Amino acid sequence: MATAAKFELTDDSVVVIVGTGAGGGVLANELAQKGVKVVALEAGGRYMPEDYINDEWESFGQLAWTDPRTTSGDWRVAKDFSGLPAWIVKAVGGTSVHWAGASLRFQDHEWKALSAYGAVEGANLLDWPLDAAEMAPWYDKAEAKLGVTGVGGRARLPGSNNYKVFEKGALALGYKDVHTGNMAINSADYDGRMACQQTGFCFQGCKWGAKWSSAYTDIPRGEATGNLEVRDHAHVARILHDDSGKVTGVEYFDKDGNLQMQKARVVAVAGNSFESPRLLLNSHSSMFPDGLANSSGQVGRNYMRHTTGSVYATFEQPVKMWRGTTMAGIIRDEARHDPSRGFVGGYELETLSLGLPFMAAFLDPGGWGREFTTALDSYANMAGMWIVGEDMPQAENRVTLSETEDKFGLKVANVNFSDHPNDIAMRNHAYKQGQAIYKAVGATRTLPTPPYPSTHNLGTNRMSERPEDGVVNRNGRAHDVPNLFVSDGSQFTTGAAENPTLTIVALAIRQADHIAKEMAAGNV
Amino acid sequence: MTRLNKQGLTRRALLSRAVAAGALAVAGPGFIAAPDAAWAVEVTAISEHEMATLLQMARDIYPHDRVGDRFYAVAIKSYDVTEQKDMVAEGIAALDEAAKKAGFDNYLAAGWEDDRVAILRSIQDTPFFQTIRGGLVTGLYNQKDIWPIFGYEGESFSHGGYIDRGFDDIDWL
Repeated sequence: MATAAKFELTDDSVVVIVGTGAGGGVLANELAQKGVKVVALEAGGRYMPEDYINDEWESFGQLAWTDPRTTSGDWRVAKDFSGLPAWIVKAVGGTSVHWAGASLRFQDHEWKALSAYGAVEGANLLDWPLDAAEMAPWYDKAEAKLGVTGVGGRARLPGSNNYKVFEKGALALGYKDVHTGNMAINSADYDGRMACQQTGFCFQGCKWGAKWSSAYTDIPRGEATGNLEVRDHAHVARILHDDSGKVTGVEYFDKDGNLQMQKARVVAVAGNSFESPRLLLNSHSSMFPDGLANSSGQVGRNYMRHTTGSVYATFEQPVKMWRGTTMAGIIRDEARHDPSRGFVGGYELETLSLGLPFMAAFLDPGGWGREFTTALDSYANMAGMWIVGEDMPQAENRVTLSETEDKFGLKVANVNFSDHPNDIAMRNHAYKQGQAIYKAVGATRTLPTPPYPSTHNLGTNRMSERPEDGVVNRNGRAHDVPNLFVSDGSQFTTGAAENPTLTIVALAIRQADHIAKEMAAGNV
Repeated sequence: MTRLNKQGLTRRALLSRAVAAGALAVAGPGFIAAPDAAWAVEVTAISEHEMATLLQMARDIYPHDRVGDRFYAVAIKSYDVTEQKDMVAEGIAALDEAAKKAGFDNYLAAGWEDDRVAILRSIQDTPFFQTIRGGLVTGLYNQKDIWPIFGYEGESFSHGGYIDRGFDDIDWL
């Protein structure tokens, strides 16, 4: 492998990318492959598959973002996990280390949620300035990059015990679109990565490298071009700009806690839907008193987290749901838009399991006594599924700057969230269906489990056709600042029902193409 | 991991203390122990009564009838330190006071779990209860030694995963 690049802090020809996950990590590699010089700044450390730990709490301590955040709103997470609104990763590779691998394209109508659903009271719906036809070739590239199963001639994964219970119940209810999913987890060797060994612990980082993560694919490949330098333990404090309103670089705290300034020709923000708006808001100046790229007042607003929840069930006989690929199982029949169910949008049902330690923490946070413990006593006989549905963007569901400061003295993100009535109606429908699925296979008890700290964090720098409706345009480029981009899930206009990573990757590949062309043309 | 010690106590000595203590665990000077001497835990900063009460409280919060006292003792042993002494003393005093209101001499004197759970319900919103409960979530369930009791197998990477070891071996569907 070629030696990774090393760029000067004063080099103002580089693209600086903040964050190295599915958005930033892919953007970094794609730009490097095109000959663009990139400095990627990552707040966390660097871990490879041999470093990952197949123990839930120990892995959480290694990978999770546990810097302070604060919460408000009526969501249960604010009560049960007030300092932990999200379960996402602080490491090179970002949350692509932790994700379960479910790789679904948006349904066509989901790119146009406002047009498809009509205005919903209390919701801030908007059509994406993109559509399915335009995104199709970028999805093709993303699926090939990730090695998604069930498309491109790649076989699906085999079904685990947990899947078999789920499938039998689904078919008994008459569901048709039931299979082991479209997973960025190899069913056979692909692209230098080996096949899944059914080990479980997908959330803790795949020790086989069978699951795609930018940590051990795009990042090292970008470095091998000699055009990418990744600096880990680099916590970006603010983005700087000149008198013309163009960004000129970023200030960051390096691994020794010293403040550094990296100059840049272009800055791309990909720190996830909490840290990206936090960084823009913390970058306020006399020219941008409400935060960078925030003339619309939309930075931080419309935070979405998917309408989630889980359904676990116990049976007379063992299931051993922890064995095998965690999320290789899906029912897609409820993902359609069908307002006769009492809500707009749809939801996916996907297999899920937690180990005993996390099941104890998340089954019924705060719960105790025999109602709780008798469920855990049947842990080995338990099956589980996760609900992933489209939630409504709401203006007041938002990330703002908290009065709490982190160790660098930077104001942290406060995450305010309350369910929309549509979210509640959808979750209740999904709970009912999920419980019916397991009862159809003889469940002795069903457990409709509340949402965990969020893993799908979307929408806080949303994409919009008109500058007044959002933060970035159809290329993820800030409406207000021509050389500033947003490259993560925070640019989502609406959330759709699908796990977001594939779409984040497709948008990053597309954005790399746009940035490289604009740089070559001298437009940025 | 565990700070439990097997102690050289005679069965007779333990049984005599068991009669005095009445409860599942034996409280003696500087320790509490299982009536059959299978395990004992030293008590240094807090009182034996407080440790025995914490142990019963832990069982009543997360009762698993196939999980032995020694695991609960491990989960609460971290409260036996100077920094936690006052918090524990005040919390147990309030718990015993709640037990008195319910007609018992103290918490441990309530013989039925239902009675003790009703007492716990009356204090469940207090910081003391929530601290003890929250600590048990990891203190109890993250003990690898209890995982087999629940059938949980932990990591499988070192065995090559389950691809050849039953990831799809369900036979009752």
